[in-house]
Amino acid sequence: MSIRKILIVAGLVAGISSAASKLNVVTSTEDLSAIGREIGGDHITIESIAKGYQDPHFVEPKPSFLLKLQKADLLAVVGLQLEIGWLPPLITQSGNSKIQVGAKGYFDVSNACEILEIPTTTVTRADGDVHPLGNPHFWLDPENGRRIARAFKDKLSEMQPADAAFFDHNLKDFEQRLTDAEKRWDAQMAPYKGHKVVTYHRSLPNFAKRFGLDVVDYVEPKPGIPPTPTHTLELINKMKQQNIKLILVEPYFDMRTPNSIAQAVGGTAIVLLPSVGGEKQVQTYFQLFDYDVNLLVTAFGKYK
Amino acid sequence: MRCHVKVWAAVCLIAGVARGQATQGLDNAALLDRLRAMEDRIKALEAEVAGLKGQPAAEAVAVAPASAQVVATQAAATAPNLGGAQGAAAKVFNPDIAVIGDFIGVGGKNQVNPSPALEMHESELALQAIIDPYARADFFISFGEHGVDLEEGYLTFPSLPGHLNLRAGKMRAAFGKINTLHNHVLPWVDRPLVMQNLTGGEDGINDAGFSLSRILPAPGGLFLEATAQVFRGDSDNVFHSWHPNNLSTVGHVHGYRDINESTNVDLGFSYARGASPQTAGLFNNLYDIDATVRWKPLRRSIYHSFTGRAELVWDRNEATLLAPVRQGFTVPQQTPFGYFVSGDYQFARRWFAGGRLDWSERALNAFQHDDGGSAVLTYWPSEFSQVRGQYRHTKYAEGLTANEILFQFLFSIGAHGAHPF
Repeated sequence: MSIRKILIVAGLVAGISSAASKLNVVTSTEDLSAIGREIGGDHITIESIAKGYQDPHFVEPKPSFLLKLQKADLLAVVGLQLEIGWLPPLITQSGNSKIQVGAKGYFDVSNACEILEIPTTTVTRADGDVHPLGNPHFWLDPENGRRIARAFKDKLSEMQPADAAFFDHNLKDFEQRLTDAEKRWDAQMAPYKGHKVVTYHRSLPNFAKRFGLDVVDYVEPKPGIPPTPTHTLELINKMKQQNIKLILVEPYFDMRTPNSIAQAVGGTAIVLLPSVGGEKQVQTYFQLFDYDVNLLVTAFGKYK
Repeated sequence: MRCHVKVWAAVCLIAGVARGQATQGLDNAALLDRLRAMEDRIKALEAEVAGLKGQPAAEAVAVAPASAQVVATQAAATAPNLGGAQGAAAKVFNPDIAVIGDFIGVGGKNQVNPSPALEMHESELALQAIIDPYARADFFISFGEHGVDLEEGYLTFPSLPGHLNLRAGKMRAAFGKINTLHNHVLPWVDRPLVMQNLTGGEDGINDAGFSLSRILPAPGGLFLEATAQVFRGDSDNVFHSWHPNNLSTVGHVHGYRDINESTNVDLGFSYARGASPQTAGLFNNLYDIDATVRWKPLRRSIYHSFTGRAELVWDRNEATLLAPVRQGFTVPQQTPFGYFVSGDYQFARRWFAGGRLDWSERALNAFQHDDGGSAVLTYWPSEFSQVRGQYRHTKYAEGLTANEILFQFLFSIGAHGAHPF
């Protein structure tokens, strides 16, 4: 065997060994994998279970996900019971001790974030499918994105200390870019601060708070309960009275009711993405806000 | 007052740290980071103050991010947490508790297998929790109108070496697909004829023992799982443990593959063996093939889906040798066979329609068979309740025919854990 061949083989072996030693991260949603990828870069492998265009409350716990979880070193979850309907049996069935609840590789990012709509009174199912621990759609505030990134940096550094400096460098870079992007998004949204909107589901409280939107009502009469004719009529009246023109709908909801409401009030129903991956061109955390902010600015612009 | 002191202490500390940073000439980005961390800490302290005052926490509660650990540690040093958690905090260790009610009504005439006109068929109490870092426990206690039964009660060790998954306790055996399902997750009011004739009816193969499963390596994105189970050997009408060594065994191999992101196929092969309930010394061998096809478009998964199921069962019971005479001829050992095929289509967010075809020979006499069909309509007012109507036509081996209308209310309260796929 020539020296060249030996070197090629050695290089391949080294490459395989390096790939094998990479931390294998699985996330429940694409938002977490997008932020985790910013921090871990090519020193980790990262993939998500749920797609950005599917309802994260109702993911089928398919056996093919077990193949991912079985090999995971770290499982990052949104938490606050967002994944309660599908992730727990997958974790148990995976037989992977590293990612069991309470293990070092189980990483609940909600612990690092600002959480809204934490119930302060008794919660019952009469209120619909409420999240008793608070609203889990918290990643839609860039400040929480920053917190998630920091938490990722800490967790990845804990699990792969040799790369701590690399993760720290990536975090600083991410934060700098996020700070710059926030200035841009704030400037774009500034004229529309205080504008009233209606959303389909309670997915946007963090986004609305961050950019000063006033969510006055929802297409769903209660969380998880499909629109009813009575509520729809009440909503149309409210929107007419308050001159509300925009309905923001998540990509996994049917547009028929929002469109008919929008038509009745002379407004528009637009599909605002709650997650990275909601559209093909939205593959990073920055692209998610760029997409949504541009969409809103265009939509608000129509009704100036 | 004590709380105000804590907040002021934190603010003073923050001011001090900020001034110190400025004098040390840190760059603006770093200073901004520290300020954000301090802001988080203030919010956390405010929430703590609100809690100590006995008031509900403010709408927003922030938890200090890990990168603020240094600041948080310093703040904690000057403003220690006083007092422990409230008594209610101890309740976090209570298991998840749920009760699922199953109310069934039947109209029509069935002379072979009559059902009560109205019946609180089952109230299932589910208690589920993590025991310790090594195991979790799941209990499902079934209350009927006249008795109580432990439907399942087992502990699971999900963290064993070699990716093994071990269960110990009483459980539904991994024999086919339908046998593993609780009543409230079935897409019909009843169970298929083949389950009633050959695999123990509603209770099915359900016994105390051990279950060991493992995901097997497989090529090309194929999911392959093998399960081996050993039970005491008692399952109504299927196995009976005449002696302590009359253990029953179940083996199950399950293959799954995503065809695309919306469609997948599931195929399983099962085998069960145990002592025949008819006579000591004889054995019953059951074979099962189950197949499931699912379609659920991800973007509209809450509105449309389809599930097609089929299950075939062969029952080779040595006890059939004891009743070998038919029309004056002696026959060899029989292998009664049965199957069902079903399809369920979700045509709106709350509505499902489906149908099922049944055909099954009798357990101890393959020369007699029952067949029938059902049409099912299900409405889900919410995730936590279902209303179902089913028209069932059955033609029994005795030559009798039954036409029945069944309806069912299913409702759950409490925190019921998710079911495996």
